[in-house]
Amino acid sequence: MVLELSAHMQHRQGERSLFPLCQQVRRGQAHRGTPLWFCACSGCASCLMYLLTRGFLGFLPSWPRFSLENTDPRMRGRGIQLLSQVLLQCYSLLQEKEVLHLVLFYESRLQDNHLVIPSVLQGLRALSMCEVLSPGLAVSVLKAIFQEVHVQSLLQLDRHTVYSIITNFMSTREEELKGLGANFTFGFIQVMDGEKDPRNLLVAFQIVHDLIAKDYDLGPFVEELFEVTSCYFPVDFTPPPNDPHGIQREDLILSLRAVLASTTQFAEFLLPLLIEKLDSELQSAKLDSLQTLTACCAIYGQKELQEFLPSLWSSLRREVFQTASEKIETECLTALRALSACLSRSVLSSDSEDLLDSFLSSILQDCRHHLCEPDMKLVWPSAKLLQAAAGASLRTYHRISHSVLPLLLEQYTKHTQSSQRRTILEMLLGFLELQQKWGHVEEDESPLLSHQAPVCSVVFSALLDPSVQLQLVGIKALTVLGSLQGFLSSSNLELVVDHLIRLALHEEDSQSSEAAMEAAGSLAPTYPKVFSGHMVPRLEEELQLEREESHHKRHSLQQRCLQALAAVSTHTSIVKDTVPILLQHLQKVQKGTEAKNTQDVISVCQSLHRVALQCQQDAEGCWYFHQTVVPCLLAMAVQAAMPESTHTLPGKALLEEEVLAAMIPVISAATAHLSPELAAQSVSHVVPLFLDGDVSFLPQNSFPCSFQPFGDGEHLEAQRRLVALLMAFVCSLPRDVAIPQQEWLLRELLALSCSSNCPFTATTAAKCFAGLVNKHPAGQQLDEILQLAVNRMEPSLAEGPRRTQALTLLLWVTKALVLRYHPLSSCLTDKLLGLLGDTELGPATADGFSLLMAESPDVLHKGCHADVRIMFRQRFFTDNVPKLVRGFHGAGPDVKANYLKGLSHVLNHLPKPVLVTELPTLLSLLLEALSCSDRVVQLSTLSCLHPLLLEAPQIMSLHVDTLVTKFLNLTSSPTMAVRIAALRCAHALTSLPTTVLLPYKGRVIRALAKPLDDKKRLVRKEAVAARGEWFLLGSPGR
Amino acid sequence: PQGGRASGGPGSARRRSPLLHSPAASATGGERRASLNTELKLPCGLGAVAVTAVSPQVDDAQSTVSVEFTPTIPHCSMATLIGLSIKVKLLRSLPERFKLDVHITPGTHASEHAVNKQLADKERVAAALENSHLLEVVNQCLSARS
Repeated sequence: MVLELSAHMQHRQGERSLFPLCQQVRRGQAHRGTPLWFCACSGCASCLMYLLTRGFLGFLPSWPRFSLENTDPRMRGRGIQLLSQVLLQCYSLLQEKEVLHLVLFYESRLQDNHLVIPSVLQGLRALSMCEVLSPGLAVSVLKAIFQEVHVQSLLQLDRHTVYSIITNFMSTREEELKGLGANFTFGFIQVMDGEKDPRNLLVAFQIVHDLIAKDYDLGPFVEELFEVTSCYFPVDFTPPPNDPHGIQREDLILSLRAVLASTTQFAEFLLPLLIEKLDSELQSAKLDSLQTLTACCAIYGQKELQEFLPSLWSSLRREVFQTASEKIETECLTALRALSACLSRSVLSSDSEDLLDSFLSSILQDCRHHLCEPDMKLVWPSAKLLQAAAGASLRTYHRISHSVLPLLLEQYTKHTQSSQRRTILEMLLGFLELQQKWGHVEEDESPLLSHQAPVCSVVFSALLDPSVQLQLVGIKALTVLGSLQGFLSSSNLELVVDHLIRLALHEEDSQSSEAAMEAAGSLAPTYPKVFSGHMVPRLEEELQLEREESHHKRHSLQQRCLQALAAVSTHTSIVKDTVPILLQHLQKVQKGTEAKNTQDVISVCQSLHRVALQCQQDAEGCWYFHQTVVPCLLAMAVQAAMPESTHTLPGKALLEEEVLAAMIPVISAATAHLSPELAAQSVSHVVPLFLDGDVSFLPQNSFPCSFQPFGDGEHLEAQRRLVALLMAFVCSLPRDVAIPQQEWLLRELLALSCSSNCPFTATTAAKCFAGLVNKHPAGQQLDEILQLAVNRMEPSLAEGPRRTQALTLLLWVTKALVLRYHPLSSCLTDKLLGLLGDTELGPATADGFSLLMAESPDVLHKGCHADVRIMFRQRFFTDNVPKLVRGFHGAGPDVKANYLKGLSHVLNHLPKPVLVTELPTLLSLLLEALSCSDRVVQLSTLSCLHPLLLEAPQIMSLHVDTLVTKFLNLTSSPTMAVRIAALRCAHALTSLPTTVLLPYKGRVIRALAKPLDDKKRLVRKEAVAARGEWFLLGSPGR
Repeated sequence: PQGGRASGGPGSARRRSPLLHSPAASATGGERRASLNTELKLPCGLGAVAVTAVSPQVDDAQSTVSVEFTPTIPHCSMATLIGLSIKVKLLRSLPERFKLDVHITPGTHASEHAVNKQLADKERVAAALENSHLLEVVNQCLSARS
């Protein structure tokens, strides 16, 4: 062969200089004994490429000839392989004439030895991608392939090549291929018949789908095409472990379904197949059949379904009546809905039978009578089937509800037990919800409207029933009825309001009362006038009423009134009525003389918070709330903090930690959703109030002394506490709102947080400082203020009376910076890690790690527009856990627990998937932590180990001995939460391989007998579950 | 309320349902008087069998538990198995100090007396659980996996 090349080269002496490649190829002879083309193929293909792309394609037909004509088929194959690979690189540069030559050459090679075929197909694939392919060539290539190649005897890759050629031609030469008529379809059927490889099947299914979707002529081969694809249904394929191709069962199912459900021509073959598979035993086959049926209904019509409706219905009915699988039931109902929708869609010709009508009749016939037996088992499956059919279209809804609604109403009166009535009402509710789906109640036609009076009376009677469960369903039904526009008359509406007030205020059961409040809230936006005209005045009256009843009863009634006022405030016009009532009540309560009014103030604040949340989305309501509530709260608080009033009791209630903590969310929620302009307007009042004592914007602004929360002096301690309210406001502002005199404010906060003796004030100031620092734009100003903070903290941390305050400040500032990935954060975190070794501050620092990782309720979270990077926890984990582990190993015995505690806080807040991948490296440390006597460490270690037991049983089974011993020990811990967690872990142990566990079975079962008699019910419950599972280990029938 | 599934054809034979996973059966003390209305489906060829076990009588101080159950029909062939399953579940879930009494509601089963006697006999219960086929069926009834 080498000689042949040389000879060939001699012919071309004249052009030698143009043939740098061939020079190289000749030098390639150095590899003696190796066929030259092979060398070229592996090493010099890129050189060939260079050559070819430089315009020497003219030689192409002649130069590889020596190899292509070799008598040894292997050699020929290699030659063609080279040519094909070259073509694959440069097909886009070929010219029409060259393509023609090549195509003819390759076509002729298809008849060659089987060893050559794979390379030939590669070449044809390259050519199939050429844009300059002359008309007619695509058809001739395909004909040649169909005729000469027995595709299914090729290897997977080569079969794939054939599919690729077909796909390429189909996307570029659609018209030509269609010229082939049904022959093309037939040819393809032969090509794919018997295909087994999932990779190829995905391509083949796509081709079939295109054949159908692009309207190729299937001719007489519809059934063959169906056969050749449907033989894979239902798909039974489990990808091998570590499959590099990543084809999932679901991919095959979906692409096959796309084929099967793509044409009505398949219907007569497909529907019997689906029914057969639906009747089979295999769950997955049932599911797949149902889903495919649903997909088919999107394109089928009466004609396709007619013949099969009875058997489809009986299969669906049987499945819903019998199955234990919720998934199958859901799919059956979806399929039934799709079928009914499909029949509703079909246009009727005047003389044909109305299939929908007879189909629905058979459903009604089979299901309706079960509704009369609310105790029996078929009642719910029947109701669900009817509801599924009714949910298909307005027509089906009318047909079914026309028959079912009167029946249910009649049954409700017939049955007197609450539980039976509840079942009936729940079914009725399902039909009412469907009416909701179809929108307005139409004037004349709606079956619901004709039963308006009985429906209302049934629902109202449920509300009066002593059974809470029935009441709850009644309330739900009321909500649905109210949402049907025009269904409830105005007299009925007043009745509804009366019922809701009664349930909300006077019903003993809190569930019903809460549900009634929710219902009021969801109906109020639809009927704002009725609710503000009837409900709000009644609630106000009840709230103000002084009664003779016991204190406890009055108190709980007031609570209910406050909750109801908040719940009903779901429309701006109602908010404008309720907020003044709530504020008035707040003023009254805080002035009151009773000692126990702290709780009352908190309740009002909770109601205000709820209102604030409900009007956040509505710009007008939000601004009204902010404008009304924030100044009022601030004024009351400032009034209470005036020096002389702190001596009297009522003034103090507003300054208590719990009360301030309850006011924070109100102000925060009222501020977070303000538009930037309005927020700027508000901030220009609030910040001067705290910095300059400018009280002019407060509603009652004549105070006996000035307001100086940042001033010096013992008597100002009360005023300093109000920094909490400043924090609530200023830390919730949108990020783009500029804060006036921010530098000054930050300095004051810093000073306060380091100097205050009151822990609440110091912590609040630190949080406020952190909240502002987190949102502060990066730059020199920020660096300066941070430097100032570090300078303030360091000496206080080292020694002195205010170490705890300094630590709190450090923690909050670190959190603010960790959240936004600020470069200084790592330096501050290192400082914290160092403090873990401190005997005095160590435990507090360890707890601080939970503060760093957890979502804080009032500042530094997304809701108040803080700068929170999404992966900050993972990042903190990767940066700091190795340091924690090192610190643990280097630490003295008295502070080791601090490191463990810090570590377990970090691990606890990490997302579970990350935890499972990272934990094995930390496992030995965690096992050691189980022996730690600190219960926080125990608890968080157990909660780290729990997911690991479930998700990484192999790794965990190496430590089974330690785990069993430690878990069993902890089941007798004095802390209930630890006992529960230990029992859960003991339960989770059963997911380890049975062989590993069996030696421990007896011991564990004996040990778990003790917590069975624990004095806490929750512990006993866990013990029962765990012990039951251990009994089943290695036992038959598990 | 809607969980109820009725007797199925042969197709339902492989199904399992958690037996006695009602709160009353797994609670082991305190308010143990809650009514136990549970439905039991057995992995037997007959499909599912509904059983109502009523008001277990619990006396914590005396350490006794008594459960009455009612088979669906007087000739239910599964009555012994149901009773055995209830008994085993209680044995596994209650502290050892409790004395158990599982019996059929008087007048609801043809061979009520014989079944009760079998269930009360400790040795016969122990022997039954040695039978691996029987143990398998009982375990299937008690398995939390469905």
